[in-house]
Amino acid sequence: MAQRRVAVTGLGAISALGHDVPSFWNALCAGRPAIARIESVDLTNVRFQNGAEVRGYDPAQHFESAQADLLDRFAQFALIAARQAIQDSGIVFTPELRQRTAIVTGSSVGGQNSQDAQFWAVYRQNSPRVHPLTIPRIMPNAGASHISMEFGISGPAFTVSTACASSNHALGQAFWMVRSGAAELAIAGGSETPFSFGFLKAWEAMRVVAPDTCRPFSRDRRGLILGEGAAMLVLEPLDSARARGALVYAEIAGFGMSSDAGHITTPSTDGPARAMQAALLDADLSPEAIAYINAHGTGTTNNDCTETRAIRQVFGAHADKLAVSSTKSMHGHALGAASALEAVATVLALRHATLPPTANYTTPDPECDLDVVPNESRSAEVEYALSNAFAFGGLNAVLAFRRV
Amino acid sequence: MSDDLAEKVLSVIAISKRIPREQVSLDSTLENLGMDSLDQLNLLFALESDFNISIPDDEAKSIRTVREMVEGVRKLVAGATGQSATSVA
Repeated sequence: MAQRRVAVTGLGAISALGHDVPSFWNALCAGRPAIARIESVDLTNVRFQNGAEVRGYDPAQHFESAQADLLDRFAQFALIAARQAIQDSGIVFTPELRQRTAIVTGSSVGGQNSQDAQFWAVYRQNSPRVHPLTIPRIMPNAGASHISMEFGISGPAFTVSTACASSNHALGQAFWMVRSGAAELAIAGGSETPFSFGFLKAWEAMRVVAPDTCRPFSRDRRGLILGEGAAMLVLEPLDSARARGALVYAEIAGFGMSSDAGHITTPSTDGPARAMQAALLDADLSPEAIAYINAHGTGTTNNDCTETRAIRQVFGAHADKLAVSSTKSMHGHALGAASALEAVATVLALRHATLPPTANYTTPDPECDLDVVPNESRSAEVEYALSNAFAFGGLNAVLAFRRV
Repeated sequence: MSDDLAEKVLSVIAISKRIPREQVSLDSTLENLGMDSLDQLNLLFALESDFNISIPDDEAKSIRTVREMVEGVRKLVAGATGQSATSVA
């Protein structure tokens, strides 16, 4: 069967930058970070205080109490993003289409808030019991399951957990399923809510969280800033999208994966480089076709210079012509949801011919000597872009997008 | 230099890295003890636990030698017991 072109026809996002896609995009274009003191957890005895939280969120505005009872915050966000994306796509589900629609979500740690609260009750308050819905709230596939239940979508549905690359792996699988004909439609992305006390203590011990803000590629960068949120994309064959008169935001052109097979936390240059090359190969593109990269760009000392070397390894002299920005500087590092948010950012960058900047940038670093679009968005007609995700554990996933 | 605190730090390093105590001296660098980033995280965790201190990220990042580690711990222990840490720094 001939491979089909795959269109992105619906977007949904809830993040620290806002509760929907327009607020997300407007903040990105304005170069306006949503990094502030963490309010949902008491961090008195933690070495970092700042994060990118979703503020002003009231579950009652989105869910009946009986449904909310089933949903950890991360699953609520997954469902909210999916609702937005499906509505945005204008798709009308028939019984046949429901059976031929796939759901692939990414999440690194699932229902952290529920887990922390219930374990706290057991360990600290000597509670003899935990809430009976603790397991279905915690399971990382809860987002995918609730999306399938709410919309009656009964095709393949699963969750990918590859730490900070989860969403790109999820989107890549969904893309391949639609391209090959294994699915007729897909809802894919990711969701993460990492702000629980126990989990934040674990990040503190990793010593990679910045005490101030996230400054990717800047010489004075001091680490990543954790973020929360969810983003979902609707994928369908380009021909079907055009036939039903849908708005096509962009096309997913290719997907590539690799593993470092090296160190559990220190990234390699070669693994990320091979993932970018694999995405180019899958999209049948030469490196020179790419004009923009939404970087993994965590703001850690290690990631940003390693990613720079990997980009130089893949693109050679063309690396100096690339625009490379990290939107984590604004929405934070939402772990398993990060690359879904970044996919939305990349798709909109292509559609609106505007490259979101790397915010909080102050000082060039000779080891990160790329055009990182510092602090201010830039008008640029871009035909092809990559979005990078490189996970702890050395698992790399890169998507290639094309303007339509 | 050869005092109880230094002895204890050297011993924690040896146990944490799973190497004989004799291989660790004040002049050793973390690099020539073969400590990668995770080994260093494990060591900081062990030192924090054994000395009941909290080692700031920036100070931890700047440490290259066992001697610097001993002096860093000494400063934090002094601070934790109420003595002036700034005069030691």
